[in-house]
Amino acid sequence: MSALTILLVLVLLLVVFGLLFRLQILTSIFSGTYVREIGMSNRINAMLMLVFMVVGGAAFFWSFSENFSKMNPPIASVHGHAMERMFWTTMTVIGIAFVITQALLFIYSYKYQHKEGRRAYFFAHNNTIEVIWTIIPAIVMAALIFAGWKAWTRITGPAPKDSVVVELMGKQFNWLVRYPGRDMKLGVVNYRLIDASNDFGFDLSDKSALDDFTTTEIHVPKGHPVLIKIRSRDVLHAVYMPQFRVQMYAVPGMPTRFWFTPTTTTDEMRARLGNPKFNYELACNQICGKSHFAMKATIIVDEPDDYQAWYAKQSPNSANADMMASYKQTSQQAGLGKGGTMGAKAAAIEETGETPAAPLSSQATM
Amino acid sequence: MATNLPASQAQGGIGTAPVPTTEHADHLHEHDEHHDQHWLWKYVFSQDHKMIARQFLITGMLWAIIGGALSSLFRLQLGWPEATLEWLQPLLGKWIEGGKLNPEFYLALVTMHGTIMVFFVLTAGLSGTFSNFLIPLQVGARDMASGFMNMLSYWFFFLSSVIMFSSLFIETGPAASGWTIYPPLSALPQAISGSGMGMTMWLVSMAFFIVSQLLGGVNYVTTVINLRTRGMSMSKLPLTIWAFFLTAILGILSFPVLFAAALLLIFDRSFGTSFFLSDIYIAGQALHNQGGSPVLFQHLFWFLGHPEVYIVIMPAMGMVSEILATNARKPIFGYRAMIGSLIGISLLSFVVWAHHMFVTGMNPFLGSVFMFLTLIIAVPSGVKVFNWLATLWRGNIRFTAAMLFAIGFVSLFISGGLTGIILGNATLDIQMHNTYFVVAHFHLVMGSSAFFGLFAGVYHWFPKMFGRMMDEKLGYIHFWLTFVGVYLVFMPMHYVGIAGFPRRYYSWTGFDAFSQFADLNKFISAAAIIAFFGQFVFIFNFFYSIWRGRRATENPWHSTTLEWTTPIIPGHGNWPGEIPAVYRWPYDYSKPGAEADFIPQNVPYSQTASSNLPYERELED
Repeated sequence: MSALTILLVLVLLLVVFGLLFRLQILTSIFSGTYVREIGMSNRINAMLMLVFMVVGGAAFFWSFSENFSKMNPPIASVHGHAMERMFWTTMTVIGIAFVITQALLFIYSYKYQHKEGRRAYFFAHNNTIEVIWTIIPAIVMAALIFAGWKAWTRITGPAPKDSVVVELMGKQFNWLVRYPGRDMKLGVVNYRLIDASNDFGFDLSDKSALDDFTTTEIHVPKGHPVLIKIRSRDVLHAVYMPQFRVQMYAVPGMPTRFWFTPTTTTDEMRARLGNPKFNYELACNQICGKSHFAMKATIIVDEPDDYQAWYAKQSPNSANADMMASYKQTSQQAGLGKGGTMGAKAAAIEETGETPAAPLSSQATM
Repeated sequence: MATNLPASQAQGGIGTAPVPTTEHADHLHEHDEHHDQHWLWKYVFSQDHKMIARQFLITGMLWAIIGGALSSLFRLQLGWPEATLEWLQPLLGKWIEGGKLNPEFYLALVTMHGTIMVFFVLTAGLSGTFSNFLIPLQVGARDMASGFMNMLSYWFFFLSSVIMFSSLFIETGPAASGWTIYPPLSALPQAISGSGMGMTMWLVSMAFFIVSQLLGGVNYVTTVINLRTRGMSMSKLPLTIWAFFLTAILGILSFPVLFAAALLLIFDRSFGTSFFLSDIYIAGQALHNQGGSPVLFQHLFWFLGHPEVYIVIMPAMGMVSEILATNARKPIFGYRAMIGSLIGISLLSFVVWAHHMFVTGMNPFLGSVFMFLTLIIAVPSGVKVFNWLATLWRGNIRFTAAMLFAIGFVSLFISGGLTGIILGNATLDIQMHNTYFVVAHFHLVMGSSAFFGLFAGVYHWFPKMFGRMMDEKLGYIHFWLTFVGVYLVFMPMHYVGIAGFPRRYYSWTGFDAFSQFADLNKFISAAAIIAFFGQFVFIFNFFYSIWRGRRATENPWHSTTLEWTTPIIPGHGNWPGEIPAVYRWPYDYSKPGAEADFIPQNVPYSQTASSNLPYERELED
């Protein structure tokens, strides 16, 4: 009933609007303003252009500065600081171009509005000007490209040999985390071995898988390069850690990676922000299904000593009786296991170019 | 009929010298005979390019309303995540669960909004309308090269529309894996219910859509190359035609690649192949697929997807150039530079696709190459903006509704284009990828700008389409509402993006990092919904003016191009008499020494002795 009333009101409003509109046209025909081609409205629109520029510009400036503090997620990685500088430098460059071009657009619109008796200036081309405004942006672009390229190759280059290795596996709708254990080698995994107690699909006939351990939180040491190896076991996901300025897709069938060096522990960041509940967060940033928006994990940056203590406390796969038992069953069913099928072999040929050293070996000698 | 075009007309080729024709008179009678066509052939299965253009326009408008309404629905969710949406139950039925929008349906809304706006509104509705309407009229042809293929182009689009529209109502919901339909999500119904029947319909619909685009594109290119009237060399073409021509070429070269991607995806979905699938364990089951690559799909998709954004924006650029020159009463500045930059953009648009994939696991070296190529595109784009500004400089501007939208286009194109310099930089894209910064960027630079181009085009060519004028005052209201609205929506969205808010999130409340902008999101939602309802001013104006608008004159804007030499409502065949020959470029506005402030293209130099420039004197006879 109420819907019907609303509909009726809307229709009546529309009719009233239509009638008023018709009335306005008829009066303007009688008053003779209807046929005048360029009149008052031209001046009003020209004026509005100027008003829009001034008011809009002021509103933009105000809202930007008002929100500025909220739009900068705290930075906690080495490359993040460099990226931040590049971001705001580029913003300044495009900001200048923005102000100049928009100002010219609206000022010209106002200034060169129609005036009776004036004729536009017949000015069809000028090659010098064209060359100038081709070359200047080209030079600016070249500089930006060069800076971007330098940083990009540094960030995406090979991880240092002594990086701490963590593997993240995306699944609908959470993140699985594993560490290589004492031997510093991630064991073979195979998606055909996945079951309820073996989320990663560990191939436990591979010795290096036995001491791997899985966790729910991601712990990394401060001041030490961290190499994140990334997998997905169903659809695309993306590892996005805004505070570390890290992002990389998780692709089923194609392991990816990203390395970074955290600069601030969770506790330090809590103190700095005055927010005792602060945590570094990992968000999924590639649409992955119904609960995409809730696919989250927490990252804890520890002091190196705390990290080592935490690492030592974790219990390896071999201590997980459930997993060991169910592995036996699944691997027999699937006819898989070490040296079994090509699938397991393919998974074994990981993208590990470098052999990770003992946890924080460099720290230990320091 | 269109297929019996006079042979004498097909004397195109670049720089063809004017050839006198004598045969046109015979054909006049033939055209007159078509006046008493059955309405079915006149209004429905029409082969007249002008009718087909109107069909594309009105279908596109219906799609725009649907696409806009979908965005209002998901903006409600984003602005007021805590609110109950019970009142939408009559409309959305089971997609409202306990007063909340179903998160999968939210993704479906986002997906369909993108698909509809990019393909059905801004590709078919914009380029389909104006390429069809303006190419024959502005190059001086009686119709498209093949009227029949042109008709098929519309009806394939219609078929595609029907399928896509039906998919909104099926049990499992429409496609919901984002408009980019990345597999494996789009390949596996176990992963999301929209990837069942909804995705199948999406793919089938897009296949027909691509057929429609190709039929149209081949026609546009052929018409521009072969059916130009006497004297209409390529260097005398209006910039609109250059833009449509290059757009059609982009479409012909890139849409087949999307077709290939869609076909391979259909194979993966239905016939057990593994083009894009590998190592997948889902819904308690390990799939047999091995060796496929989801990244391969992204390459194929963006090989179309990137040129696609230029397919959307270039027709708007062409029309805006035309409208700015006409209403500033000034030649477009740097006509050849404008053509050159269009060609530059077209070429570059094919080699920048992987900038959508910097962080997808693609080799970082490729990232460097694509960053380089992507940022170069700023140069021709900049040239265009500077030329538009120089066109306004010392003009004598009439603010018609079309002109306002053209100026608005330039403003939005600048605002949205500049942030592309950030996103094209692979380093900065690590943080910005898939955040609201991207959403704000492309909504300004290709979404809103292209819409503004579309509106400018409708206001400007409405008199030629329907023989009546649209109401200017309503046009002004529509413009200011939309212009302010668009900025209020998308400027704050940049802030949200810089803060790292991920796109395609049903809600951000689960994250501390994304908790600070609840108010701003409310504001954006309110602005978006108001701006959407503002569009009904346009819809009203449009339909009111078709029947009740002020009657148009033959050339209401005092424009120079050929379409304004036709009768107020051109019949089938466009010119009742001989097709006018062309003698000069299309931008002789305010030429010193000339009587009027415009000289149409079909006026020979011999009649304008007082205004001819030195090199033009030789052409007088």
